[in-house]
Amino acid sequence: MSDFTSEFWNVYIAALTVISILGCGWLLWTQSRAKIKVGSQGDTTGHVWDGDLAEYNNPLPRWWMWLFWITIVFSLGYLALYPGLGRYAGMLGWSQAGQYREEASAVEARVAPLYAKYAAMDIEKVAMDPDARAMGERLFVNNCAQCHGSDAGGAKGFPSLRDGDWLYGGSPERIVESITSGRAGVMPPMGAALGNEGVKEVVAYVRSLSGLTADPLRVQLGKPKFAANCAACHGVDGRGNTAVGAPNLTDSVWLYGATETAITETVTRGRNTNLASGARTMPAFGATLSPERIRVVAAYVWGLSHPQQTASR
Amino acid sequence: MNAPDKVIPIVAAPVDEVSLYEIRRKIHPRSVAGRFATWRWALVAITQLVFYGLPWLTWNGRQAVLFDLAARKFYVFGLVLWPQDVIYLAVLLVIAAISLFLFTAVAGRVWCGYACPQTVYTSIFMWIERHIEGDRTARLKLDAAPASPAKAAKRLAKHAAWIAIALWTGFTFVGYFTAIRGLAARVPFALGGWETFWVLFYGLATYGNAGWMREQVCKYMCPYARFQSVMFDKDTLIVAYDSGRGEPRGSRGRKVDPSAAGLGHCVDCEICVQVCPTGIDIRDGLQYECIGCAACIDGCDQVMDKMGYARGLIRYASERSLGAGLDSRAVAARILRPRTLVYASILVVVSLALAGSIALRNPLKVDVLRDRGALAREASPGIVENVYRLQIMNTDETARRYAIDATGLPGLAVVGMTGPVALDALETRTVALRVQLPADAAAPGAHKIEFDVRSVDSPAVARSERSTFILPR
Repeated sequence: MSDFTSEFWNVYIAALTVISILGCGWLLWTQSRAKIKVGSQGDTTGHVWDGDLAEYNNPLPRWWMWLFWITIVFSLGYLALYPGLGRYAGMLGWSQAGQYREEASAVEARVAPLYAKYAAMDIEKVAMDPDARAMGERLFVNNCAQCHGSDAGGAKGFPSLRDGDWLYGGSPERIVESITSGRAGVMPPMGAALGNEGVKEVVAYVRSLSGLTADPLRVQLGKPKFAANCAACHGVDGRGNTAVGAPNLTDSVWLYGATETAITETVTRGRNTNLASGARTMPAFGATLSPERIRVVAAYVWGLSHPQQTASR
Repeated sequence: MNAPDKVIPIVAAPVDEVSLYEIRRKIHPRSVAGRFATWRWALVAITQLVFYGLPWLTWNGRQAVLFDLAARKFYVFGLVLWPQDVIYLAVLLVIAAISLFLFTAVAGRVWCGYACPQTVYTSIFMWIERHIEGDRTARLKLDAAPASPAKAAKRLAKHAAWIAIALWTGFTFVGYFTAIRGLAARVPFALGGWETFWVLFYGLATYGNAGWMREQVCKYMCPYARFQSVMFDKDTLIVAYDSGRGEPRGSRGRKVDPSAAGLGHCVDCEICVQVCPTGIDIRDGLQYECIGCAACIDGCDQVMDKMGYARGLIRYASERSLGAGLDSRAVAARILRPRTLVYASILVVVSLALAGSIALRNPLKVDVLRDRGALAREASPGIVENVYRLQIMNTDETARRYAIDATGLPGLAVVGMTGPVALDALETRTVALRVQLPADAAAPGAHKIEFDVRSVDSPAVARSERSTFILPR
């Protein structure tokens, strides 16, 4: 595909290049001989400055001329084989993208046996292999650590993968599914439905579920409002629902913070409500990582929350 | 009007076309023996013993001198240099340059004449040529002789010997970058593609430069020839012909008294021209082609000995001494002058700095990579946590264990480390760790902290690296 809207520039470049090379040849041919008078001083050019300053006219060695000719031949050969004359792709069909593809497939061929070995094992077994864990850690650092942290401890809005608390389930299969297809959980905004006071009461009740301090009166008032508005996703007992990614509200793991302010904001405005169609907050790595690689990194992640099962270095 | 008495025809002067590129005149230097030739052969022996011998030495179970480009480690006996140590290479080049300036200022082109690989290999190849084809006269005759089986045999033998040495040189050169014993085991058919290429390339370069190009390298390719004149001054010892003593030149008998005959000491034997590897006449004065090999000094000294005159008609002399007729004591005194003293001082200082730096080198290197995606997080109510990745490099050949600590703020603590980090010899490991701080221990914002990494086995091996700890607002 051409970079330009007309063929003019391609032809222009090609013509300029070829003309220049041939021009160099012509220059070399015409300037390699000089006319001198028979019997004149061989050494100097004949010009004299300032009375007695003369300039030597020492000839260059013949092999220099041959080197020049070789470079001209080489350049013509090179431009026939490789791209350089405008849009001409060269007889060898070399391209930067092609070279990259070759190198990438050579690497793939080299690592395929490794991944094949782990693809045949259970993920729990893979997590016990120190080499596989090292591979998984490198994959994790390259792909996952930007959001989940270098130590997989997460951050506000990005779950910690180390704590054994799972929004969508912590079995190896569910982990693989989360990585491959991504996740797009939505907490809908409840501010309008509950009203200001209603929000305060629900927040107090939610805090009480995990034993945090809250106004007892508000807790009482919040309980029925919770059952009416929140239990559908979070469960009647508030223990969450991994089918929809609703967090367990009775534990001490808080994705957006445990303070009244944070929970109030969550309830009022919701979370992840601005999803464009198809966008996943947890990206679908199936598009960039092969299934074998996902298995290895899933094994690493699973192993983080099962330290006793994995031998440490 | 009279007819002119004489008509002088106007003819264009005859004009010839000559090529601006001259065909090279083959030089057959005559062999020479003497003080400086001995020095030159001694240096050939020393340099080649080092070059060919060094790759075969072992150290610590591996090759002693190995520039392992693929693994990015340079081994020089006990010293292991990593890419981060490339500054040493820069300093080494500075030392090479300053020492070049120093000894060129003192004694002219001693590098060219005695130590340059081009000279060394050309000497070796010419020695082979002399032993197969004969000395100068024999070689000139062979060149002029018609083709014959004997001539072909001589040429073939010479080129075969040259190619053998060239291949061995190429093989040795590659042996500095790939373990030479393994390389030897793979010769010739199990060599990898690039190994084969470089052995042949370097072999071809040796064969071409030392066998065919010879003085063409010095005359046309090497930049040193062209800028050596800026490194000389009036006190530099150059290979010089004492024209005051030698002129007027002319041949005469041994018994003849030169001054009575109105002649100088030069007998015009032209031996100085015959032995010159670059084909110049040193009696014309200092020329850029002169590589300072002092073959003409040795040649002339021999003739002076035969004629009963003093040696040194061609000698190492400075321009000042030739003009002013200084004796050797005065010339030697001029060696210590501001230029050489300054060069020598710089050289001493830089060399000591390099030696000291290498001796005091810390084998532990640490890089701190702060997590940037999430600057800070709440580990538990009231405790703020930052995440870091520490890249720890154990640059020498001893396995060590390292303990990591963080300092700089009250209450700062590294958490999650189960014990010291163990690294093998020459290993690099990246360790992810968390640093915690009570949220009220400092004001919100970025604070400078330090990571102290210390070897548990040898506490002297330690390094501190700066980083920042962020408390969110």
